[in-house]
Amino acid sequence: MEIKVLGTGCAKCNSLEEVTKQAVAEKGIEATIEKVDDIMQIMSFGVMTTPALVIDGKVVVKGKVPSVKEIKELL
Amino acid sequence: MEQRKKIKLLVVLGIGIPAIIALYWWLQPIIDHFTYNLLPLKPETHLGEAINFFFYDTIKIVILLFLISSLMGVVNVYFPVERLRVYLTTKKMYGLQYFLASFFGAVTPFCSCSSIPLFIGFVQGGIPLGVTFAYLITSPLVNEVAVAMFLGLFGWKATLIYAGSGILLGMIGGYILGKLKLDKYLSDWVKQIQDNAQSDANTWEEENTPFIDRLPSIIADGWGIVRKVLLYVIVGIAIGAAMHGYVPENFFTEYLSEDKWYAIPLAVILAVPMYANAAGIVPVIQVFVAKGVPLGTAIAFMMSVVGLSLPEATLLKKVMQWKLIGIFFGTITLFIIALGYLFNVIL
Repeated sequence: MEIKVLGTGCAKCNSLEEVTKQAVAEKGIEATIEKVDDIMQIMSFGVMTTPALVIDGKVVVKGKVPSVKEIKELL
Repeated sequence: MEQRKKIKLLVVLGIGIPAIIALYWWLQPIIDHFTYNLLPLKPETHLGEAINFFFYDTIKIVILLFLISSLMGVVNVYFPVERLRVYLTTKKMYGLQYFLASFFGAVTPFCSCSSIPLFIGFVQGGIPLGVTFAYLITSPLVNEVAVAMFLGLFGWKATLIYAGSGILLGMIGGYILGKLKLDKYLSDWVKQIQDNAQSDANTWEEENTPFIDRLPSIIADGWGIVRKVLLYVIVGIAIGAAMHGYVPENFFTEYLSEDKWYAIPLAVILAVPMYANAAGIVPVIQVFVAKGVPLGTAIAFMMSVVGLSLPEATLLKKVMQWKLIGIFFGTITLFIIALGYLFNVIL
């Protein structure tokens, strides 16, 4: 599974990355987590609110930091 | 959602909402009882007064902030910025677009890190620069934290004036910036995006999740906002409460009174480096007003604190040339100063 965390480097984006890592670890699945902070790349996903979470090319969360439980459900 | 969970949620809401309203309604007597009967404090003393004030205001503001954040959460679920973008690009608005952009800047929760993606998103959709600016001006100026703090500390009249003038400032500022034809001062790569703007990129898919299923996450997000600023609220109110008891009446009037013409520009300039969030600053402003600073000067100060921030300026550098950032912030500053004078005359 390929997971991308989109964010321009604010506090919220960092916490999304941490929450995602925790969710992946708790679920015990194979996944690569990549942080995308280049604004051009972020825009290519068509999001206007950061942070956003992309799983296998699909935007699943935008503009907020969900709980670990919510991300586990999305994975 | 399962039936059982649904019932549980309804029960929690059925008890929680009336409980919050009751607490809000009887807050002063409850706090009075707590400070003067349970704690060994006297209402006539500075300390007693300050502690009473601190608990009362903190709880009141937490309740207001939670309710307002949840309410804005509901608006955002049904009217996300993506949908606003579709509206702004596909409908003929006859000037109303400035109002719409500014209004939604006010009701969406603001995070400075979202301002750049938003800006690009609007440009990408072919929305004129002026309308984008209208959103960008109001977004930090009027936000859930500022509104809740104003409502709790100044009452609904001052809150309406603050929010209304913030939205108006966004509209007029956006309109004027739009008329100045500043597109040439955007960063080169943004100009490219602007040239390739497509309105067919503007799709917005409605999620058909029922309201009741969304409610838990809306409430959780609302509470998340409260938790994030709680510390600032407490520190701000503690400082305010301490100042209330000990700063003498009319202490500030000597420097910041109405008849000193330089009071407002001075307040605005002092505010720029204080990009502390609204939560910490409003309780202190409230003391200023209580001790004789006119409300217009206070509102101007408040707007500069939240609206003119250096970190935001450096973020905007990614999409604008310095000249445009200068014009953008210069325009907002002038308008805030003008509003300050206006309020001091009419209020």
